Parts: sequence; structure tokens; C-alpha cells
Amino acid sequence: MNDIKTKTLSLTDIKDLLHAKVIVGEDKLDILVKAGTASDLMSDMLTGQNNNVVLLSGLCNVQVIRTSVIAGVAAVVLVRGKQPTPEIIAQAREHGLPLLSTPFTMFTSCGRLFSKGLRGVEEKVPTTVHSR
Amino acid sequence: MADLVKLFNITARDFAKAGESSLQIQSLLKSIGFEPDLIRRISICAYEAEMNAVMHGGDGELLLTVDPKNIVLEVSDDGPGIKDVELALREGYSTATPEHREMGFGAGMGLPNINKNADSLAINSLDGRGTHLRIKFKVGDS
Repeated sequence: MNDIKTKTLSLTDIKDLLHAKVIVGEDKLDILVKAGTASDLMSDMLTGQNNNVVLLSGLCNVQVIRTSVIAGVAAVVLVRGKQPTPEIIAQAREHGLPLLSTPFTMFTSCGRLFSKGLRGVEEKVPTTVHSR
Repeated sequence: MADLVKLFNITARDFAKAGESSLQIQSLLKSIGFEPDLIRRISICAYEAEMNAVMHGGDGELLLTVDPKNIVLEVSDDGPGIKDVELALREGYSTATPEHREMGFGAGMGLPNINKNADSLAINSLDGRGTHLRIKFKVGDS
């Protein structure tokens, strides 16, 4: 099986690539993330290895923050210019979780990060699944 | 003799607070200094169980017990119970409402994910008489 070559990006890189506004964590922009993931489904965030990844999400509620902290996510980027409520910001601040907002859509955000070398959470190219 | 016992309350349908007890447990285990992977598995199980109780169950409790050999989470609620435990353990089976799905939950992965991350899981639930989960983790090689 082929290993996937990954490149780490700093939160500053991610902020610049996504023209993002930093809502929480201005002092943590030197954090390096090893992979990216995109999900509106928090259930999925609790399965698999999401430790130290950046999460792109279209979901904008407190559970995104709590789920991210539980899953060990390094930073959250809200897509489509979504603005978090004061409760969401307070939660992110309390747990020291960097929170950004980008005007780009989910697809474009993923593409911009991928094109600069950031990869998903897969460590190897998975075997093709054949239908029965 | 347990080294640490801590009790948390769970309030049904209180989505503003849902998950906070699990975050406290995660932070507590980090401060004690357990292995990161063990903390990750326990935190995920606590959070899944807490969210399940808030979404589907009734008011209840989350009890954390830590001793040198084991860490145990006991999650109980006085809600409607699980009609078919075997079915609830199947990935993708869900009784979630549109409200749960709007929050990003209800994919039918909660109990299966607890089962996957725990060293042992015991479910005691009767239709109409609440649910009790006993989720156990071994510490180190013991």
C-alpha cells in the first residue's frame, strides 16, 4: 500500500490561504497541523484519528467546539463566512481552541489547503472497495 | 479502594450544557497524567454516552471511578430505555430526531463507537425503565 506524503501547515498558512479571520487563538498561529478534515457530522469526528488536525465545518454551534476538544482537533475553521455566537466563542476560548472563519465554501477551502500539500487523515491509500 | 470517584449530573435535553461533564473528565484525566490514547478513548466514550443520555434518555448521572488498574464510567438515566440493545449497537441504526441531526449527531454511531473504544461495555436497559452503561478501561498493561 502507498503511504501518503503529507505536509504540515501552520495556522498562519491556513489563515492566509483561506483569507480567514481569526476569532480565537491569535496567539496560537504558530501551531502546526498534520492533516485536515471537513465535516458537518460531529458523530464522524468522534470516530477515527482526528488528533492534531484542522477541522473545516459548515456547522456553527457549541457542539462543534466540544466535539473538537474531545477529539483532540488543533483548530476549527468555519466555512462560508459563518460567524459564531458569543457562546461558541466563549467555549473556544475556555478550551484554548483556535477558531477561524473563512469566506470560502467548504469545497474551495479544502482545495486551497490540499493544493499547498495538506492531506486528509488517511495515512495510506486505502484498498479499493469493490461492490459485491 | 478507588483512588478517585467523581459524580456528574446529566440533564435531559439541555443541549447548551451537553458534553461539559465529559470535557471536565478529559481535563481531569490529563491533569493526572494518563496516556494520551487512553484519555482519548475515555473522553470519546464519556461524550458519546453523555450526548446519548441528553438526546434520547432522561435526567441522569455520570460516575467516574479511577483506581490503579481500571477507569470506569457509569452512565445512567431514567429515560425511556433502549428497546432493542442489539439493534442499537449496529452502526448506522438511529432513532435521532431532526433536532439531533441539526447539531451534527444522530448518525447511529454512538453506542458502536463506545463499544469500539472501551475495553468492556455492559448495557442494562429495559424499555420504559431507563438505561445504565458500564464502560470499563484497563490502565497500562494490568
